[in-house]
Amino acid sequence: MQPKAKNPKRAEALIAVMMLVGVAGLVGFGVAYIMVTPDWVYGLTLGIGTLSLGFGVTAWGKYLMPQGPFVEDRHPMRGTDEQRERFSAAIVQRGGILGRRKLLAGIGGLGMAVFGLIAAIPLLRSFGPLPQNTLSETNWKKNTLLVDSTGRAINVTDVAVGGVVTVYPEGRQNTDEGQAIDQTILIRLTTQDYITQPGRESWGPDGYVAYSKMCSHLGCPVGLYEQQLELLVCPCHQSMFDVTTGAEPIFGPAPRPLPQLPLFVDSKGFLRAQTGFDQPVGPGYWTRS
Amino acid sequence: MTTLENSPQKSSNENVSEKNQFGRIGKTLDELDDRLGIAKGGRNLLDKIFPDHWSFMLGEIALYSFIILLATGVFMTFFYIPSTDTVIYHGSYVPLQGQRVTEAYASSIDLTFSVRCGLLIRQMHHWACDLFLGAMVVHMARVFFTGAFRKPRETNFLIGSTLLLLGIVEGFLGYSLPDDLVSGTGIRIAFSIIESIPLVGTYVAFFLFGGNYPGPSIIPRFFIIHVLLIPLIMLGLVTAHLFLLVHQKHTQFPGKGRTEKNVVGTPMFPIFASKATGFMFMVGGVTALLGGLAQINPIWQFGPYEASKISYAVQPDWYMGWLDGALRIAPSWEWSGFGYTIPLEVLIPGVILPGLVFAVVQLWPQIERRYTKDDEMHNLLDRPRDRPKRTAAGAAIFAFVTMLFVASATDVLANFFHVSLEATLWTMRFTVFLIPVIVFFLTLKITQEFQKVPEGGRRKRANVVTRTPSGEYVSTPAAPRPGDAHHELDAERLPDLLEPIPEPKEDEDGMPPTSETGVRNIER
Repeated sequence: MQPKAKNPKRAEALIAVMMLVGVAGLVGFGVAYIMVTPDWVYGLTLGIGTLSLGFGVTAWGKYLMPQGPFVEDRHPMRGTDEQRERFSAAIVQRGGILGRRKLLAGIGGLGMAVFGLIAAIPLLRSFGPLPQNTLSETNWKKNTLLVDSTGRAINVTDVAVGGVVTVYPEGRQNTDEGQAIDQTILIRLTTQDYITQPGRESWGPDGYVAYSKMCSHLGCPVGLYEQQLELLVCPCHQSMFDVTTGAEPIFGPAPRPLPQLPLFVDSKGFLRAQTGFDQPVGPGYWTRS
Repeated sequence: MTTLENSPQKSSNENVSEKNQFGRIGKTLDELDDRLGIAKGGRNLLDKIFPDHWSFMLGEIALYSFIILLATGVFMTFFYIPSTDTVIYHGSYVPLQGQRVTEAYASSIDLTFSVRCGLLIRQMHHWACDLFLGAMVVHMARVFFTGAFRKPRETNFLIGSTLLLLGIVEGFLGYSLPDDLVSGTGIRIAFSIIESIPLVGTYVAFFLFGGNYPGPSIIPRFFIIHVLLIPLIMLGLVTAHLFLLVHQKHTQFPGKGRTEKNVVGTPMFPIFASKATGFMFMVGGVTALLGGLAQINPIWQFGPYEASKISYAVQPDWYMGWLDGALRIAPSWEWSGFGYTIPLEVLIPGVILPGLVFAVVQLWPQIERRYTKDDEMHNLLDRPRDRPKRTAAGAAIFAFVTMLFVASATDVLANFFHVSLEATLWTMRFTVFLIPVIVFFLTLKITQEFQKVPEGGRRKRANVVTRTPSGEYVSTPAAPRPGDAHHELDAERLPDLLEPIPEPKEDEDGMPPTSETGVRNIER
């Protein structure tokens, strides 16, 4: 029963001081709020106010109130045997009324199940379009002009050797889709003698190569270009792609090379796509063949 | 002291009760009891005994930070606009002026810089979230290691661990809402993880996001899930959690007078209530100090989200770290054949692994019961050392998740220790599995050793050494305290009236009595 404090009067005085500091802090918060101060002043006054008040109230309970220990009986969770029996009897015996008409119980149960299915399917279906081909298509088509984020076309003389530009299909540079799905990284390689993949001999005119900027791991933009090593690095999970060998992943969790966009230089010297990507861009999914 | 009867028959059988001796308050309570029947249950609630142990306070931290989250969250909904329509920013944050940004981002910036207290509230919300999840994890660890989840509390363990799961999802949705550069990258990764599930993944992703990433539906949908759907479920579960806690009564550590059939501690009103209320204010105070003084998630520095841009060395909130770490160290094992692809490099660390970890944790009460065949009711807690295998298993799970968390910083570690990224990655791939095994056997050994020490870890009773005026030294044992190895206080029934605090009696000569401190004055 004895309170914990050895010297209740001193404890009371200390607690009173704590609570007063708390009240002062809270008043300070009010003043700061009215006077419009930086947010750290609000946080400081409110924090000190509530913290001291809290300390005071807790200390009051801990040091100045009877501490016991007090005891309370626990009652078992379970009911008496009779209660349990009556409960089971109600479920089983009265439930038997349902079981008596097997036909109705069967049809009724079936109805509930069908309702559940029917209710779930259209609800889900209302929330979005079916995937269909959207994941495997981009806006890169035959002859699509490469533009940068401001919409400017890329001339073959624009990018210095070793330079990098993020490009989009013409007209898509400011759209969500263009930014998220069509984003492509255009690199002018430092070495002209990059290792051409079989069947891709004509895809990189004048040392320009273009790869989808969507990481084949989780779709982050592969935004870091390590110029000396000629590596593309994904900052999310550190996958690395060797741009001289068709963006083959050489490190990290990425499973596939970044798809390469075949390029050509048109008659005015601007870079265009020969065709779209020959495979879906970005991370893997079930129906990706 | 008068002893009052509080048998229920007496008070409510007659419609008009006798004059209540507790004056106006008593009369009001009687009026309420006439209509609502609160007297019996109310008194029981006020008498409810809370065992005193510091570790029972961890769940309280979670509860109070949840309340802070609700309050600060409601404040922000008045200013935040869940829309990806773009506007030209004209607010008070100069570097952003004239830029085309989404309404979600612009309103988050306005909330930060133009609404009075906005930055404080937003940062308090974020800090409270980190605190909430941290407190839940530590609280769950306490429940796990002391065996508080055993019969009859398996249901409450399931509710609690579901709350943790929902909390993680809720936190992720929350930091996705400002539509800044970091949050957008997180959503992109979430989409890709859902996409990786065989057969249904793309459908789930399309229905959840309203089409292919990014689409205009993400922000409004995440918003309503974040502010309505999940908080509502969590509120319901928190209520159920607390109801079950009161209904089944607290567990307690074994000790003198503590049995499976009683609870020893302090009563709800006013002692526990004042401690708990004060503590709630303390949690609020710490959150306010953090929110005011410690910057968190500076979205104005990250800039607006553009899907083709990315920042370097940006990490998600701490509770997502273990998932990110798993994604980093997973080998690139994509399977494809028969015209289909299973991106195992995402599916295993992103879906199967967190699913397994949560399944093991959530089903632990059942797993353990199957192993121990224990069907008894347990209201007394285990000390972790007394259950070496459980303690070791828990420590191993904890070590595994912690190692995954460390793995989410491979790039930072490589930079810091000047090791190649490749070496760091391979080290993590092995240590993630090696360390938990070591931790398991080490914990097993330590707990078994501890068991051999009788009363190990218990406090010995202090001896007070006094020097008498004549220069003699006298040693006497101090008064026993709860938790002492040799003696504990006897628990007593909660009296109807708690006695007022006795003032220290002073002798006529003004000297305090000598017997209470146990010091003897030796006269010569």
